Amino acid sequence: MSGNMNLTLKVWRQKNDKATGNLVTYPVKDISPDMSFLEMFDVLNEQLITKGEEPIAFDHDCREGICGMCSMFINGQPHGPKRGVTTCQLHMRSFKDGDTIVVEPWRAAAFPVIKDLTVDRSAFDRIISKGGFISVNTGNAQDANNIPIPKPDADAAFNAAACIGCGACVATCKNSSAMLFVSAKISQLALLPQGQVERISRAKNMVAQMDEEGFGNCTNTGACEVECPKGISLENIARMNREFFAANIKE
Amino acid sequence: MLRINLNYTFVSQNLINRLTAIIIMSNSSGKFLQSSLGKKLLMGLTGLFLISFLVVHCLLNSFIFFNDGGLLFNEGAEFMATNPIIKVMEYVLFAGLILHMVQSLILTMQNAKARPVKYAVNNGKANSKWYSRSMGILGSLLLMFLIIHLAHFWVKSRFTGLPGVDSNGNENLYAVMQEVFRIWWVVVIYVLGVLALCYHLLHGFQSAFQTLGLNHPKYTPVIKAVGFWFSIIICLLFAAMPITMFLGLIK
Repeated sequence: MSGNMNLTLKVWRQKNDKATGNLVTYPVKDISPDMSFLEMFDVLNEQLITKGEEPIAFDHDCREGICGMCSMFINGQPHGPKRGVTTCQLHMRSFKDGDTIVVEPWRAAAFPVIKDLTVDRSAFDRIISKGGFISVNTGNAQDANNIPIPKPDADAAFNAAACIGCGACVATCKNSSAMLFVSAKISQLALLPQGQVERISRAKNMVAQMDEEGFGNCTNTGACEVECPKGISLENIARMNREFFAANIKE
Repeated sequence: MLRINLNYTFVSQNLINRLTAIIIMSNSSGKFLQSSLGKKLLMGLTGLFLISFLVVHCLLNSFIFFNDGGLLFNEGAEFMATNPIIKVMEYVLFAGLILHMVQSLILTMQNAKARPVKYAVNNGKANSKWYSRSMGILGSLLLMFLIIHLAHFWVKSRFTGLPGVDSNGNENLYAVMQEVFRIWWVVVIYVLGVLALCYHLLHGFQSAFQTLGLNHPKYTPVIKAVGFWFSIIICLLFAAMPITMFLGLIK
């Protein structure tokens, strides 16, 4: 078909978490511009399997930009060159025929490589388990309008809650800092009445766990906000700082 | 009445305890300063303190632009050298500077550890300003400049002595300025030092407010604009001092 592309991929191959990996060059031919980046990888993997080679391991799940599973550091940017999309939402029309595309896994001490392009992001789960929850009364669900919440607060909480935990913020941060992620998780609950019960312990415990996992420190470059597929704002990091300082003053 | 008094004593004691905890940075968890956000806070606070020094320094030095043979400038310098409050503040200033540098070293080392394997391709310019990613290098350049600068003026005025007094009987620091800024390459070093300062401030000023948690949709654009123009104006003034003296515009 006309308009299809031939590309050169340089993909990070690494057998397991212990092995040292390296970039391997793969030519891919006749790629439709309407394919997603992951579909292009499916094509490449089919070729590798046919040739009897090990297919490239990469994370993916919903393929519609809501699960946060896909990753890939594409040509020096997480989720590729487009703003506000995940790798599965990135189309091959974002590239030109003949392009060379370098694909690497997220790089962070806290995100060790499992294999090829897959990394272990369970550090995020451990941070969530330290305070990313609320106490609720069991029994019948109460009326939705029982607790009045100002519309701007509800909107800000919802915007923070849009975080899918993909880790692009950590991947792009020059310091591998997880502060955009942690701040979104703290913010979505701190802004709502339901989140007040654990407010102090949440800020302290989640930040402590973030530090323990070995993420870097924030230097406010703002790269995370730009690369976040869900547009999580730096305002959340400022809010996390306030929450943490207040929690330390109160307790 | 007695109960109220007791209660009041209790509350104030509690308040004092908490304030003490904040001041010595070892609250109930004992880890505030060891936490990533605690270190960030200290960087921001010392940074803003150093900015406040720059304002005083620049204002006082701008007395040379009165072009009165340095009489007013020497008057100001004499006040700064003899005023007891300023003398105490000099120690506080050095303490703030050292804290700022030590913290940045600790943070930079932690950040380097957070990403042991670097990216083959990292397109930083797609999502952040180069100077926001280069604060450590800019700061190191500033330190080198500062050592030269202190050797030129501070060491002479505090230790090795100044060349006599002016017609008002004030110690003649102005004569040292004229002497130092007679050499073209010294002027070049000063202009480059000020340029490094300018970029350091362009990121540092607004970054400090974000770190303190002061991010607001209405006021942050104002803070950013003030930070931008502050950095430009203060650095233009500083750069104008050696240049105008070298060119003989100020006698």
